[in-house]
Amino acid sequence: MDGNAIETRGLRRVFKTRNRVVEAVAGVDMTVHNGEIFGFLGPNGAGKTTTLRMLATLLPPSGGTATVAGADLLKQQGEVRERIGYVGQAGGSDREIMGRTELVFQGRLYGMSLAAAKKRAADLIEMLELEGCADRKVATYSGGQKRRLDIGLGLVHDPQLLFLDEPTTGLDPQSRARVWDEVRRMHDRGTTVFLTTHYLDEADALCDRIAIIDHGKIVTLGSPEELKREVAGDLVTLSVKGDQQAALDLLKGQPFVRESATEEGAIRLYVDRGEVAMPAILRLLDSAGMQLLTIGLQRPSLDDVFLRKTGRSLRETAA
Amino acid sequence: MKVMRDTWLVFGRYWGLFIHNPVWVVIGVVQPLLYLILFAPLLSSIAKTPGFPTGGAYNVFVPGLLVQLGMFGAAGVGFSLIAELRMGVIERLRVTPVSRVSLLLGRALRDIVSIVTQSLILIVLALPFGLSINPIGVVVVLALIALIGLLTASIAYAAALWLRSEDSYAPLIFTSSLPILLLSGVLLPLGLAPQWLRGIAALNPLSYAVDAARAVFLGNLGDPSVIKGVALMAVLSIFAVLLGARAFGRAVA
Repeated sequence: MDGNAIETRGLRRVFKTRNRVVEAVAGVDMTVHNGEIFGFLGPNGAGKTTTLRMLATLLPPSGGTATVAGADLLKQQGEVRERIGYVGQAGGSDREIMGRTELVFQGRLYGMSLAAAKKRAADLIEMLELEGCADRKVATYSGGQKRRLDIGLGLVHDPQLLFLDEPTTGLDPQSRARVWDEVRRMHDRGTTVFLTTHYLDEADALCDRIAIIDHGKIVTLGSPEELKREVAGDLVTLSVKGDQQAALDLLKGQPFVRESATEEGAIRLYVDRGEVAMPAILRLLDSAGMQLLTIGLQRPSLDDVFLRKTGRSLRETAA
Repeated sequence: MKVMRDTWLVFGRYWGLFIHNPVWVVIGVVQPLLYLILFAPLLSSIAKTPGFPTGGAYNVFVPGLLVQLGMFGAAGVGFSLIAELRMGVIERLRVTPVSRVSLLLGRALRDIVSIVTQSLILIVLALPFGLSINPIGVVVVLALIALIGLLTASIAYAAALWLRSEDSYAPLIFTSSLPILLLSGVLLPLGLAPQWLRGIAALNPLSYAVDAARAVFLGNLGDPSVIKGVALMAVLSIFAVLLGARAFGRAVA
């Protein structure tokens, strides 16, 4: 299939409550490329889940258009459903049913024969390392096992595009790492993954590109590297033996330094690309005969990006 | 074709869940059985009152119990659906290409099978008390009860999908089903009722179902009330199924 995995134009969703109209999604334009891991971030109530639910055919848009996995979201819901997988926040497996039974049933819903669905279920159980619990009720699963089963349910029909709504919320670090591995494996197989998350380190580690949504609109979109660079430069902190001021005077005139300051006996330099700036700094100080005591590089985090773009820290807003 | 296949699949899922918990069948039978043992004997003396249909107390009372079973047996089905909404099961199913009508019909079919089984058990248990019926009558009555179950279950599922919480679903179901049952002549025939009560009951579709069931048990299979009751339940069921399927198609979390 050519084209993009997702393309939206002016996608809107309005909710009418008793006495007012709330525009949860206020015109989203975005493109998700085939084969990428796309992260969708935003504070609570920003329109993340509403957008995701519209793209997954769970919620009719109030306006705008979208193409999802090559099919028109408004006119070809059946085709969209055939091609996408969706793992909601709540998961989707029933506590009273055995994992294997759920997987087989899910396969049957996508039109597989009983034999094919059983085969596929067995493959997924092996792939997701659920052999130990597949024939027990879901109620007995650990958090990580249940999440892997839920992801398996979304993968039964080998979709081109998989939606994951906060796939690691509430998981312990080990289970989280397992889920990351699974997402990377899907990526390696060519599946496009569209995920929402509360964790900026997750978006940073996992996503090729991310979008931040706030008040129903996309406020920024790009690769984590681009976004971080755009917001603030890298920070190089260093100290020298003797006269700090002389060293600062020497360095602050350099073209790669954006801003500089001294603080508690250390020099702070904001530079465009720290990995390039550091060797240059070393050479300059060396040739000026100054002895470097310490040097460190700090990269801006996605939290800086988030703070700048939404005026809030994601940590404050996370539920 | 797809609707039938999907309905069968959905039925299979919920049937599997159901037979793992047969306690519901037992509860469903015990309640009418208590009526049969503890309440029906009172009717024997009332049966001679003017206005009470002739044909024996049990042949008048058991049809009402069956209709009650059909309705109460299906009115509570929304509770499990609300639990599934919370687990994300419904959302997960709605993202698949499964037919929306099948999501409703598959579940309702499971409810109907359970209700019809309970009805059959109740009829058999009532035989020693003096209930008389012919085989064709049993089939007609079970079909009628199945329609009542389909009608009630469809409305119950639609209500559960609308309300999304036990706290609002439970009061709605209990406050609405009691007047509907009382105004249908389930416990005592409406022939005994004053004119104003009969007037209100005439607006209650379920009272026609009770009339139909009673006519069958009194041996009047050809009575116009039979076809009237069955046809009314069938038409209302179609509307209820469409309503329920629509609710499955539009459910918003």
